[in-house]
Amino acid sequence: MALLEIDNVRHSFGGLVAIDRVSFEVAPGQIKSVIGPNGAGKTTLFNIVCGLLRPESGSIRFGDRSITGFKPYQIARAGVSRTFQNPSLFLQMNVLENVMVGRHCRTRWEFLGCGVRWPGQPKEEAAIREAAQTQLEYVGLAHLAECPAGALAFGERRMVELARALATEPQLLLLDEPGSGLNTREKADLGRMIRRVRERGVTILLVEHDMTLVMDLSDAILVLHNGARIAEGTPSEIQNDDKVVRVYLGGEMNHVAAS
Amino acid sequence: MESGNLELQYFLSGITKGSIYAVVAIGFNLIYSATGVLNFAQGEFVMLGGMVAVTLARFVPLPVALAGAVAIVALVGCLLEILFFRRLQRHSILHLVIITIGLSIVLQEIALHLWDEKVRSLPYFTGNEISSLKFFGAAISPQVFWVLATVAVTVVLLHIFLKYTLPGRAMRAGSSNPSAAMLAGINIANMRTLAFGLSAAIGALAGCVISPITMTHYEMGAPLAIKGFAAAILGGLGNPMAAVLGGLMVGVLEAYSVSRLPAAYSDVTVFAVLLLVLFARPHGFWGRPGGESVREH
Amino acid sequence: MKPRLKPGLSFTLLAAALIVVPWILRWADMEYCLTQLTMSLYYAIVVLGLCLVMGYAGQVSLGHGAFFAIGGYTSAVLTTCDVSKWQTAAWLGWIKQSPFCMAREDLFGNPILTLSPWVAFFAAMALAFVVANLIGYPALRLRGHYLAMATLGFGMIVNKVILGTAFTGAADGINGVPEWNLGLGLTVSGKRALRIENYFIASGLLLLLLVLLHNLVRSRVGRALQAIHDRETAANAMGINTALYKLKAFVLSALMAAMAGVFLTHYTAGIGPSEAGALKSVRYVALAAAGGMSSLWGVTGMSTLLNYMSLRGLFGSYDNAVFGLLLIGIVSLAPEGPLKPLARLLRRFVGACRPPNAVGPDAARPDNGPARRASDQTQCLFP
Repeated sequence: MALLEIDNVRHSFGGLVAIDRVSFEVAPGQIKSVIGPNGAGKTTLFNIVCGLLRPESGSIRFGDRSITGFKPYQIARAGVSRTFQNPSLFLQMNVLENVMVGRHCRTRWEFLGCGVRWPGQPKEEAAIREAAQTQLEYVGLAHLAECPAGALAFGERRMVELARALATEPQLLLLDEPGSGLNTREKADLGRMIRRVRERGVTILLVEHDMTLVMDLSDAILVLHNGARIAEGTPSEIQNDDKVVRVYLGGEMNHVAAS
Repeated sequence: MESGNLELQYFLSGITKGSIYAVVAIGFNLIYSATGVLNFAQGEFVMLGGMVAVTLARFVPLPVALAGAVAIVALVGCLLEILFFRRLQRHSILHLVIITIGLSIVLQEIALHLWDEKVRSLPYFTGNEISSLKFFGAAISPQVFWVLATVAVTVVLLHIFLKYTLPGRAMRAGSSNPSAAMLAGINIANMRTLAFGLSAAIGALAGCVISPITMTHYEMGAPLAIKGFAAAILGGLGNPMAAVLGGLMVGVLEAYSVSRLPAAYSDVTVFAVLLLVLFARPHGFWGRPGGESVREH
Repeated sequence: MKPRLKPGLSFTLLAAALIVVPWILRWADMEYCLTQLTMSLYYAIVVLGLCLVMGYAGQVSLGHGAFFAIGGYTSAVLTTCDVSKWQTAAWLGWIKQSPFCMAREDLFGNPILTLSPWVAFFAAMALAFVVANLIGYPALRLRGHYLAMATLGFGMIVNKVILGTAFTGAADGINGVPEWNLGLGLTVSGKRALRIENYFIASGLLLLLLVLLHNLVRSRVGRALQAIHDRETAANAMGINTALYKLKAFVLSALMAAMAGVFLTHYTAGIGPSEAGALKSVRYVALAAAGGMSSLWGVTGMSTLLNYMSLRGLFGSYDNAVFGLLLIGIVSLAPEGPLKPLARLLRRFVGACRPPNAVGPDAARPDNGPARRASDQTQCLFP
């Protein structure tokens, strides 16, 4: 059974249709990529999956339940986490605290309990700290734990964001262009990192422009163009798909979109 | 007097007050669209206009006093922008809001110490407090027509300025896309100063024409600012012409609630409507949803 | 590492400092200052609550004076309204005999029967809770300017309603609020004999709330609020129910304001409509800004100090002007408050006096932005 099931989802901004009745599935343990030219609707699709946008029609199922119309925090609790295209760390906090925020949806003490330090709350706090530390070590940035998030280099912010996302214990991880802004070497490291995350049992949905990275990592690829699905398959199938090649080489786009 | 005439009287007094709210709302709009700042000190410009004009009118003829007041307050507006907002573009909205609130208090206190806490007023422009014109059976002070005419002319002139003159167009360009406007050679900073000056000037003008009717008092600014904001919100922030309609609506609403409710509650009605509009339709009746609320979907 | 005291130690030091103040004042023959000091401690509670909403959750509120007034007025109305004259139904008669009521004499020596201050206190807190939820729920969906205006408008409504209503005393306010016997031999009252006792009640309450908030902001809740302040979208995507957290922080701080209102009303034996005025609300914001918004210690200290100076009349007729200028000055020149830059200066000074190897690890990583690591951009990210 699929872990994530997108069925006939549609969304538009004003009159512009950004996602036009797209359906696809992500199998558990898979690395699936969404590719397409700029403006194809990839980020919109991501924002729909993680609850930032509510689809106009269609449904989204995660595991064995529908998450259509869930708010982002509910979706995070259900087990879907994400990173952003521009790393959006909480800049007023240090690196460790950023990752600790990721533990929020797996912990439970509320205002009153935290205020009076009810028995059990300090223990949970220590557990949050420890779990966050573990995630930081996992992405190799434990030495920066006390560093203010604003002082990090771009690539480091990416990794802290990944650690923060992993701290929510996701079953599905959405990575929005994790390779953008990284140099070749950092991209190679990123690729290894993503594989390691998958080996932990986390399913990954990826939006990425770097074709080397996509072809190298993905088990399956979905191609979007003008908000519509034009192809889906393994990397080798996609590479040999006429429509995809035409879209990327700038052929008869309208014709392709209509077909 | 017949009840029908009384209704008309309320309506006209509402329109008179409403036209002042409309001017304040236009001032909000001008500054908001040019700088992204909601200037809580907008009502203080109206108060200063009235105060300065009253003082000048003791030494010079009324028209000169009015022109002087408008010019001086416009200068104050420009100065505020140069002193406070030019350097603070990076600051968060929270900070900018707080600064304009601080300015509003300081301007009010300056007025209190420069003048005093007494209520003042300009003389009626034509006639005096007892002269009235018959208008469909209702007795109307000629000053009301001065107010309405001034506001109407201001609105039309402003519209022409924004739409057809080079500085006006530059100002609109600067607000809709600052970086593109900058690349096109528009001096954004000067446009912002101009917006503050202009907004202060029309506020001061409104303060002058309304002074014979509602009097001028150092504390009059804050309620005007809130009602003006209510007007701007009703019309949808960023839409000066809709603000005029919003202002008239607020004024009429206030006038009718004075006639129906205990006097002390008349402002409550207006503020309650402001809250309802903010909660239900923050982009106003004629606006499109934008960044006014937190969107979760 | 930064030289920082353990929280437990700093609270003990603060408590000790608060305890010695009355003796110092008695020694200096300035015991009369305790009255204004007690009042400023109560006002500091309002500002402390505002600090949670503005400094941590990042939401502006220009209506906290209204919550203070809701607390104070509810308590004042219920404890001064004579229930003995009520033509109550038989089933309500038992209230008059119950401990909910208190027989006493009014200002003119006539015997009256009123509700007890404890009942009034809980009623005030309940009302503040309900109003804060009703206003906070829709208002906190608004951003920036809109939220500011909505809270300001709410404050204005409360102010006008108080001014226009007979049983809240209209422009005169309410006088003759009785003292409040808290139990354990403690009484909130403005009597001269109880001056020191009341100072301790106020400082104890403030200290208690300070510890509570201190724990709160250093927990998952505090981090969640800060995350909302920084990037609301990302906070939501990380599983934080942002709308609910903003509302809870708002309600908590409204309750703190109302609580301060109840205590201060009993302390000064009355309350006036200016407590609900926009200027009061703005003043609380100014005080929070002066303390650095997100620094509980700074906010408590600055607001006690400045309110004390204001209550002693040190600013004369320029009282409001001082707070206005303070607001503009601090926010435009030192948006994080005047205390942090001062502390940094001090720390640098202390650091300069120490041998360089004692400076600690964070000196090796000065936070001067991403450009700092340009040299090791090519370094492998994963060891």
